[in-house]
Amino acid sequence: MLRAAVRGARLCRGPARLSAPLSAAAASPIPAPNPRPEVACTKIFINNEWHDAVSKKTFPSVNPATGEVICQVAEGDKADVDKAVKAAKAAFQLGSPWRRMDASHRGKLLNRLADLIERDRAYLAALETLDNGKPYSVAYLVDLDMVVKCLRYFAGWSDKFHGKTIPLDGDFFCYTRHEPVGVCGQIIPWNFPLLMQAWKLGPALATGNVVVMKVAEQTPLSALYVANLVKEAGFPPGVVNIVPGYGPTAGAAISSHMEVDKVAFTGSTEVGHLIQKAAAESNLKRVTLELGGKSPNIIMSDADMDWAVEQAHFALFFNQGQCCCAGSRTYVQEDIYHEFVERSVERAKSRVVGNPFDFKTEQGPQVDEEQFKKILGYISAGKREGAKLLCGGNPAADRGYFIQPTVFGDVQDNMTIAREEIFGPVMQILKFKTIEEVIERANDSKYGLAAAVFTKDLDKANYVSQALRAGTVWINCYDVFGAQAPFGGYKASGSGRELGQYGLDAYLEVKNVTIKIPQKNS
Amino acid sequence: MKKQGSDSNPAPVNPALPEPLKDLKIKYTKIFINNEWHDSVSGKKFEVFNPATEEKICEIEEGDKADVDKAVKAARKAFELGSPWRTMDASERGRLLNKLADLVERDRLILATMETIDGGKLFSTAYLMDLGACIKTLRYCAGWADKNHGRTMPMDGNFFTFTRHEPIGVCGQIIPWNFPLVMFVWKIAPALCCGNTVVVKPAEQTPLSALYMGSLIKEAGFPPGVVNIVPGFGPTAGAAISHHMDIDKVAFTGSTEVGKLIKEAAGKSNLKRVTLELGGKSPIVIFADADLDAAVEFAHIGLFYHQGQCCIAASRIFVEEPIYDEFVRRSIERAKKYTLGNPLLPGVQQGPQIDKEQFQKILELIESGKKEGAKLECGGGPWGNKGYFIQPTVFSNVTDDMRIAKEEIFGPVQQIMKFKTTDEVIRRANNTTYGLAAAVFTKDVDKALTFTAALQAGTVWVNCYSALSAQCPFGGFKMSGNGREMGEYGLHEYTEVKTVTIKIPQKNS
Repeated sequence: MLRAAVRGARLCRGPARLSAPLSAAAASPIPAPNPRPEVACTKIFINNEWHDAVSKKTFPSVNPATGEVICQVAEGDKADVDKAVKAAKAAFQLGSPWRRMDASHRGKLLNRLADLIERDRAYLAALETLDNGKPYSVAYLVDLDMVVKCLRYFAGWSDKFHGKTIPLDGDFFCYTRHEPVGVCGQIIPWNFPLLMQAWKLGPALATGNVVVMKVAEQTPLSALYVANLVKEAGFPPGVVNIVPGYGPTAGAAISSHMEVDKVAFTGSTEVGHLIQKAAAESNLKRVTLELGGKSPNIIMSDADMDWAVEQAHFALFFNQGQCCCAGSRTYVQEDIYHEFVERSVERAKSRVVGNPFDFKTEQGPQVDEEQFKKILGYISAGKREGAKLLCGGNPAADRGYFIQPTVFGDVQDNMTIAREEIFGPVMQILKFKTIEEVIERANDSKYGLAAAVFTKDLDKANYVSQALRAGTVWINCYDVFGAQAPFGGYKASGSGRELGQYGLDAYLEVKNVTIKIPQKNS
Repeated sequence: MKKQGSDSNPAPVNPALPEPLKDLKIKYTKIFINNEWHDSVSGKKFEVFNPATEEKICEIEEGDKADVDKAVKAARKAFELGSPWRTMDASERGRLLNKLADLVERDRLILATMETIDGGKLFSTAYLMDLGACIKTLRYCAGWADKNHGRTMPMDGNFFTFTRHEPIGVCGQIIPWNFPLVMFVWKIAPALCCGNTVVVKPAEQTPLSALYMGSLIKEAGFPPGVVNIVPGFGPTAGAAISHHMDIDKVAFTGSTEVGKLIKEAAGKSNLKRVTLELGGKSPIVIFADADLDAAVEFAHIGLFYHQGQCCIAASRIFVEEPIYDEFVRRSIERAKKYTLGNPLLPGVQQGPQIDKEQFQKILELIESGKKEGAKLECGGGPWGNKGYFIQPTVFSNVTDDMRIAKEEIFGPVQQIMKFKTTDEVIRRANNTTYGLAAAVFTKDVDKALTFTAALQAGTVWVNCYSALSAQCPFGGFKMSGNGREMGEYGLHEYTEVKTVTIKIPQKNS
């Protein structure tokens, strides 16, 4: 996910934009990072208070750039989830401060939370880099900017998700109330810890739900710090509860909980299956899933070559390749294939890998040893199955989980690296001849998260964008995200949509109220 | 009925009431164009008075046609394709509006004091109600900035069709003196969130707070020319706006009489879009089964709030026969409780009318009521020896044909009528050229819903009155106006819909 932030967005917009540097994010300089941010919040957050795990267990959070332990974090499991759900339920009771609060005031609290995150932006960016490994400049400019904007966007929705009055047949007055679903379990991944937290909290809180969130065991620190800010912003106790812990224990407790009304999960398709099954076997809780992808990026021969190379590079390598929407199948039309490959290799070779706190660094480490090994395994499979390794292919440092930017050419659709989600800095370039052929090949995947096409031809752009089976289609751009635009997957890439007005639907129950009246009049 | 939880407001929005500023300095008295302060082209100025003391507060640059032309030029330039305002992210417009709300919150005391001195409004009301509404409205519209969605359409044939919701362009906005700040915000907030540029004419009686807002708009970071404020008079500056060939839309709040002139001017000039929020003669229907205490209080506040100077004033109270005498008795008792005086002072419950013209018009209508046979129950004359104060006045035995039952009084004069049947009162309540607001008080769900459908008014309240909020559309049926302000509906008035259709090789669902 995630856009070439400022740079990408700028170039798409034409010259007028350049003379009007009004984007606050683009204009603000990045403060120097503190590479050793103090870690203040390491416990379980329930009822606006910090708790040890019931079991007293803790787990280590590791700096992926060094492999060193940063700190120990309280390890929540079923008992802690139960406590959190109880707190959330109490906060959601009829007549509670949260239920009685003006909708506009919920918006005010979300705006206040955005203000506080903005205040602590440099600290949070450093914490994100320390815990996740992403370059600090990216964390600061992209992740934190999008977090703040996401919360502000949903703040605005809090008093605007209108019910309807309905011209029902007969002598009745009929209307709908858009009510919050209730206790929402939210399980978030490690690739964009803060942003995924904002994507989950924003719509849930704007619509008046209460939340039990499990943060990823790899990256719990920034989300826990935000818990502090949730309290400072003035949300009533029990509205937001955060339980760090592991999937098979804490995550499973949420998804099979009988008193959780809805579960939202972002992560792998494999775990998505488990979540949906757990929901079915327990209380039929509502489920939204944002899962994996193998997103095709189609480069037609009439495309702007410089732009397409850069965007295709960015589409795959951004965030160390750890994006669910990574453009991991780059389909290039035959007549420009060789040049495209050559330039992509050149671009990958110039990618700066290293200390994520260094401003020059474009690529930090992978998030942990497991991912690191898995990616190296995929690279081996690629070589073994006959793809042409054009650059990279190995670890990039003696310690930490760094991998060289890797490009494979002559990739065939049936190879493992063309079918499975690698989630690492490994680019696959495939050749195609005709539009019909590439549409068929692009759609021949169990995934359907994102897709892109690069062309200057209006007809091709429209035709391909209709044909691709994906929740997001980018034309002449990639990873353009905004809180206003819905995001989610076709097929096994997920169910439901996050962000935009569509993102509210997942957090609303519709209640139809019908009142008998003496006589109907239009 | 079981009431759960605590009664304390979970969202305490009203801050503690401070004392008004003692030495308010008026810094902004000029014409605001391009984020700069200008003298009037003619060199003319006009005087602004404190209606509680009849003393002059200051002189203001008097804008007329030449100044409106300058302002429109600036607004047009700010709206050019490729301008900073046009190329700005929608969410950034929202951020600027939120910033403006922050600044209004910061300067709440200054603005509330100004509103009291200039508009005769009770300080407590100005500080808590008016400023509270301004801040909430700005924040509400800030949220809409990036949510004014166009649509894609499943058009027949091999086409791809979508709508763009574009700003209309340069919007002229002419606002009244009864809620100077709230009306200023009601106008600019939706206009700006949709990306328009504006030329605002505040009322000549109350230009001060609007001009102060000019300074905050600049401080918030709106680009030059996006908001321009031209103080002046209706027949000159107002007419220049409504007749202007380069203004794309005019929004007016004020009298129905002037509303007609505005629409005529739009028709004669460039067919600019027109929205009007005009007068009213709003009925409250009170049934015998209603909670009498609540009904008396809401009906009272519905009329007497802000000296009766509200377009929604509940100026026709229809009370069911069995409770009529008791309702009148309690209403008189309630009206007599008033302390009149300087609106800056604590404990004062009613301030002055806005100016001598209004003052005399109200007294004249009171006389007509007496002459036409209504029963004057209390009040009926001026109060004090300076300032434009009028005693809280209650008339009973009012009949529908009296002037006080038909004309907008815009003063502290309550009319109470009697009714017998539902059909009768629906007919009588609707028998007016106006249709701004209406209310019904009853515990009977059938009656309540019958009236919500039957009453011809843009807003109908059930068992309450004057409940306005940024989320809810507001505007008039019939001659109370055209269009709606606030809520999502309010955005339509500041949006042009552009349908874009692109030929494609082959359509697929």
